[in-house]
Amino acid sequence: MTTTVEKVDVTVSTPVQPPQIDPAALLPEREPFQVLGTARAGGIDDELLRTLYWDVVRGRRYNLQATALAKQGRLAVYPSTTGQEACEVAAARALSPQDWLFPTYRDTLAAIVRGVDPVEALAVMRGDWHHGYDPYAHRVAPLTTPLATQLPHAVGLARAARLKGEDTVALAMVGDGGTSEGDFYEAVNFAAVLQAPVVFLVQNNRFAISVPLAKQSAALALADKAVGFGLPGRLVDGNDVVAVHQVLAEAVERARHGGGPTLVEAMTYRIDPHTNSDDDSRYRDPSEVERWRGHDPVLVLERSLRDMGVLDDADVEGAARSADDFAADLRERHDHQPSPDPMTLFSHVFANKTPQLSEQEAMVRAELQAQAEEDSQL
Amino acid sequence: MAQVLNAALRDALREDPAVHIMGEDVGTLGGVFRITDGLAAEFGSDRCADTPLAEAGILGTAVGMAMNGLRPVVEMQFDSFAYPAFEQLVSHVARMRNRTKGRIQLPITIRIPYGGGIGAVEHHSDSSEGYYMHTPGLHVVCPATHADAYGLLRASIASDDPVIFLEPKRLYWSKAQWSPQSIPEVDPIGTAAVRRHGTSATLITYGPSLQVCMEAADEAIKEGWQLEVLDLRSLVPFDDETVSAAVRRTGRAVVVHESAGFAGPGAEIAARITERCFHHLEAPILRVAGLDIPYPPPMLESHHLPSVDRILDAVARLQWEPGTSDGESC
Ligand SMILES: Cc1ncc(C[n+]2csc(CCOP(=O)(O)OP(=O)(O)O)c2C)c(N)n1
Repeated sequence: MTTTVEKVDVTVSTPVQPPQIDPAALLPEREPFQVLGTARAGGIDDELLRTLYWDVVRGRRYNLQATALAKQGRLAVYPSTTGQEACEVAAARALSPQDWLFPTYRDTLAAIVRGVDPVEALAVMRGDWHHGYDPYAHRVAPLTTPLATQLPHAVGLARAARLKGEDTVALAMVGDGGTSEGDFYEAVNFAAVLQAPVVFLVQNNRFAISVPLAKQSAALALADKAVGFGLPGRLVDGNDVVAVHQVLAEAVERARHGGGPTLVEAMTYRIDPHTNSDDDSRYRDPSEVERWRGHDPVLVLERSLRDMGVLDDADVEGAARSADDFAADLRERHDHQPSPDPMTLFSHVFANKTPQLSEQEAMVRAELQAQAEEDSQL
Repeated sequence: MAQVLNAALRDALREDPAVHIMGEDVGTLGGVFRITDGLAAEFGSDRCADTPLAEAGILGTAVGMAMNGLRPVVEMQFDSFAYPAFEQLVSHVARMRNRTKGRIQLPITIRIPYGGGIGAVEHHSDSSEGYYMHTPGLHVVCPATHADAYGLLRASIASDDPVIFLEPKRLYWSKAQWSPQSIPEVDPIGTAAVRRHGTSATLITYGPSLQVCMEAADEAIKEGWQLEVLDLRSLVPFDDETVSAAVRRTGRAVVVHESAGFAGPGAEIAARITERCFHHLEAPILRVAGLDIPYPPPMLESHHLPSVDRILDAVARLQWEPGTSDGESC
């Protein structure tokens, strides 16, 4: 029996080729990548090592200063990155001027290393406005509080750059907890499918407020998740600033040259509570924190650079003094920030104010005037 | 109020093995506001469970649990962190009973720390009741007193329908005159309460604004106004009877809430009153609401939230006699 099949002319559009990659090649090494204290440390430019050192020392000082301001009630809140300075510094230093950084609420230090004025970076923590700095001035996106929601933005910005023929890369930061949000998965998947020039940096500091990693994810490593989306994962010692810098710089250059996105997991530890108003004794053992202090990113770097002969006592003192000056300047300028003008409440809701908003503006202006008159009669 | 909510959850867990709590940091930490303090220790980490950090996952999982006979109580850590779960809420939680012609019911309580006034940074102070009220299939309640915090939470957990339970953050730290012996009767969801009787005008409010309205009523006495204060307690279902009766008594009404005024709850309330009480009204119904702006930074929030002065201004605008020129300002 024969069947005649009518020949139909089917014009198939260009088939989409699934990436021809061996999944094993996408998986990270099981041991976090390290540079300091290994043979890899030789041959790195001294200038870069010194820059990174100055950055982490200043970063630590910044964390101490901001935490102090929060304790004194001069900041509404401060989520410290003490213990995570290496990740913060490396994220900023791995980028070129044309690149973009997408930080979370915790990543003010990365923004500062990228050039943002610390007083402006702390505006949201001070509570005088939601966002202090000009995102376009240093190509640092607004700090983001709703978790993981900035990640798709990074993908979109990077995609737009590609479409416009720019060689911009976006580096997007997220915490270990944030990787559980749907937005994380959607962003990583989009980036992989669109081959967008994005680098995702997961700072695995072991806790999402009180929830330890084991209750967050059953994956062996968060970087392992990359393989399922078809992009490479890298695992790095997050307290080794040189290692984080190297892994991120590689990923950034790969993305810049059309190699697509990378998911980097930096293994680190949050030394301070979640914010100054969190009581971490409820969910973790202080001895664990002490153990991690022994692997402090600032100490690890200083020790290695001394061993390598890159750093001497004078350098260490110089860095400490400059960090003190930096903190004093921050404190001074922070204390002299003018109170926000209530009329700004109405300035930036729309490009063109609605009539209803103008009415409310008039109401608040009248209230302020009445208040001022009352005050002047006292 | 925090300890009262904690007691309500504890009693619900004790009385009904189907009750399960879940959310971010609700276990070991006891929640960032400590509402679930001690519950994981007492009832185990299955019945008061820390989840991964994913609101859509939390609420979506609660749907499945409810389909299989449990009564989930989920905590959204802050008002604006409930938004990732909006899809589950609107597309499933709110309409499951309807879609399945009543075969599936979802007795889920969604606890949300609600509103501003605590000096928190952005995304920690939204008033989101309007979104929930506008979604048919959800109950929306908001206690303003300790007794109601207990009663409404117990009633919400006992309800066979999903309930959005808004907890005014500002009241968390208010000291409770509370002892296990003083546990009040559980009020049914959907009844408003008159908190103060008066004749000059009725203030209609709920949640964190009740306190402000009570202060305004105290102040108003100096002007010779006796203000009635009505606490809605429940936005859905809405207690038309009690509200209409109160407005008919005074003939004048001001609706007070801290969520944005435009297309806000006050618009619905004013319209309902107008429909039912038009011939009893001596003046238009006014609203004192949050400004129509994204929730402002903490240093400016006092300009956004309804104040005693703004409420008294509104009351003053209502006190005109028909035929006098003052009426034009309404
Ligand atoms: C969508 C959303 N849900 C909940 C929160 C409340 N919240 C703020 S920080 C945090 C923990 C975040 O942990 P992780 O992502 O690991 O970052 P880390 O704070 O450790 O840097 C939570 C639950 C939030 N900001 N956004």
